Amino acid sequence: MYNETVMDHFRNPRNVGVLEDADGVGEVGNPICGDMMTVYLKIKDDCIKDIRFQTFGCGSAIAVSSMLTEIAKGKSLNDAKNITNMDVAEALEGLPTNKLHCSNLGADALQLAIKDYEDKKAGITKPAPIRVEKHEHTHGDKCYCPYCDIEISENVTFCEACQSNLEEHHH
Amino acid sequence: MKIINLDHISANPILPEIKDVMIKAIQQDYANPSSQHKSGEQAAEALVKARKSVAKLINCAVEKEIVFTSGGTESINHAIKGVALANADKGKHIITSNIEHNAVIRSIRRLKSAGYKVTSISVDNQCRVNPQDVADAICDETILVSIMHSNNETGTIQPIEEIGKLTKEKKVIFHTDAVDSVGIVPIDVQKLGVDLLSFASNTFYGPAGVGGLYIRRGSRVFPLLDGGVQEHNKRAGAENLIGIIGMGKAAQLARQDMDKRLAHVKEIKEKILKQLPDYIDEYIINTHPEYSLPSLLSISLKYIEGESVMLMLDDENIAVSTRSACATGSLRASHVLMSLGLNHADAQGTLVISFGVDNTKEDVDRFLTALKNAVTTLRDISPLYNKRNSSG
Repeated sequence: MYNETVMDHFRNPRNVGVLEDADGVGEVGNPICGDMMTVYLKIKDDCIKDIRFQTFGCGSAIAVSSMLTEIAKGKSLNDAKNITNMDVAEALEGLPTNKLHCSNLGADALQLAIKDYEDKKAGITKPAPIRVEKHEHTHGDKCYCPYCDIEISENVTFCEACQSNLEEHHH
Repeated sequence: MKIINLDHISANPILPEIKDVMIKAIQQDYANPSSQHKSGEQAAEALVKARKSVAKLINCAVEKEIVFTSGGTESINHAIKGVALANADKGKHIITSNIEHNAVIRSIRRLKSAGYKVTSISVDNQCRVNPQDVADAICDETILVSIMHSNNETGTIQPIEEIGKLTKEKKVIFHTDAVDSVGIVPIDVQKLGVDLLSFASNTFYGPAGVGGLYIRRGSRVFPLLDGGVQEHNKRAGAENLIGIIGMGKAAQLARQDMDKRLAHVKEIKEKILKQLPDYIDEYIINTHPEYSLPSLLSISLKYIEGESVMLMLDDENIAVSTRSACATGSLRASHVLMSLGLNHADAQGTLVISFGVDNTKEDVDRFLTALKNAVTTLRDISPLYNKRNSSG
């Protein structure tokens, strides 16, 4: 199902763990979506000096998290901001089509962690991140039915394709 | 390293005795059982012999009540759509449950879009239908009740006999999807009181691509496939004779070895359940302690996702199945596990372990060790496990 590069990152994920004194933390996804990822950053001279992650998810989600941290490590914040989901998927030499959504997780979590760092630096205080049980489209692209992966429009409460009720999921 | 198959619910190996019979059948170059010449008659005899054997397996007294099909999916489609079409003049209401296989769900969904009304019954938190709910749902318009015998994800066995009494009383046709039960546990169509029962050969170590539908005499059911008069006019198309001969042999062995096989899988299930706490903590057993297939265990592992566990076990040459969202090709958490009231995270962390005649006690030891390693590794990576630790 997965290629060797994906399996390598799944079997030996790089940069796993928590940075207790992180300068920025980004958290995306929730168990309803099937995947959840937290990224921790240590920043020095506007560069990502250290990066760690924790992920709840399938093989592809773990491989994406691992590859993302490899790509981001050592980059300047400006360069890191340009890392896209596609970059991660390409570095993994491709993901099965139905797993491409997993690649969204990685770059999204990184961007949130960078924003968290910049907010803190700018003195914007906010409550500690709490897990949101709602589906959030932080990647700003198309919206897909969480049940059958068919493209749907935002704010629909019912998927015509698989007849699933989306109200719980999709306010 | 030997591959340990703990995924018998997905596919079973064809047993050597069954393979031998099938190879011999291929070499005999059977003719069409409908032909009236000598070789045709020889083929027809083989077909009768297989039908008798299959009929015996489910204690069906009139062997003509067995229709050979291309497998469980066709049998189910035939039963549901065939009853709906044949009885549309009486009414258009169908009753089913929330935990059916997709073959049932999607057949009924197709009928729904053609104007049929559907009542889908919820199960309790142990995956069982309450027969009273079926009774309450039956109305004048009801033409069919379709409730599965055992569930393919949790192994839970439904109170089919009780429902059979109700449907008989109210004169409603009753179909049960027994694809995961026939050949594994004793099935008696007369005792169950069902009008239609779907089953498949591969469940009891016969070839895939062949199955059966029991249709009680007098039930109004249209064929799914129109054409020739094969299968007593109930299923057109020249028979898959080689497959049917294999299924006949498989049925004979399943009946003959049923007690021995049951004792074997029960022993394996008990061993896993007994030793599991020595290897891992924080899990949920979704399989009913009393009413369930002895050959299946559904385990939800907290804080981790099922596909990752499956991949790690695969690296150790252990095949299991997962009903987590990702493994099914969509993000959907299993509708069966959700109807049990599991939360999304727990549903995502579910493994289905199903065993059979080829498994040994050593397989269980290797599985438990590998499972422990996978669970430990994945919990170390999991933000949910991390949160659970930091919150107390």
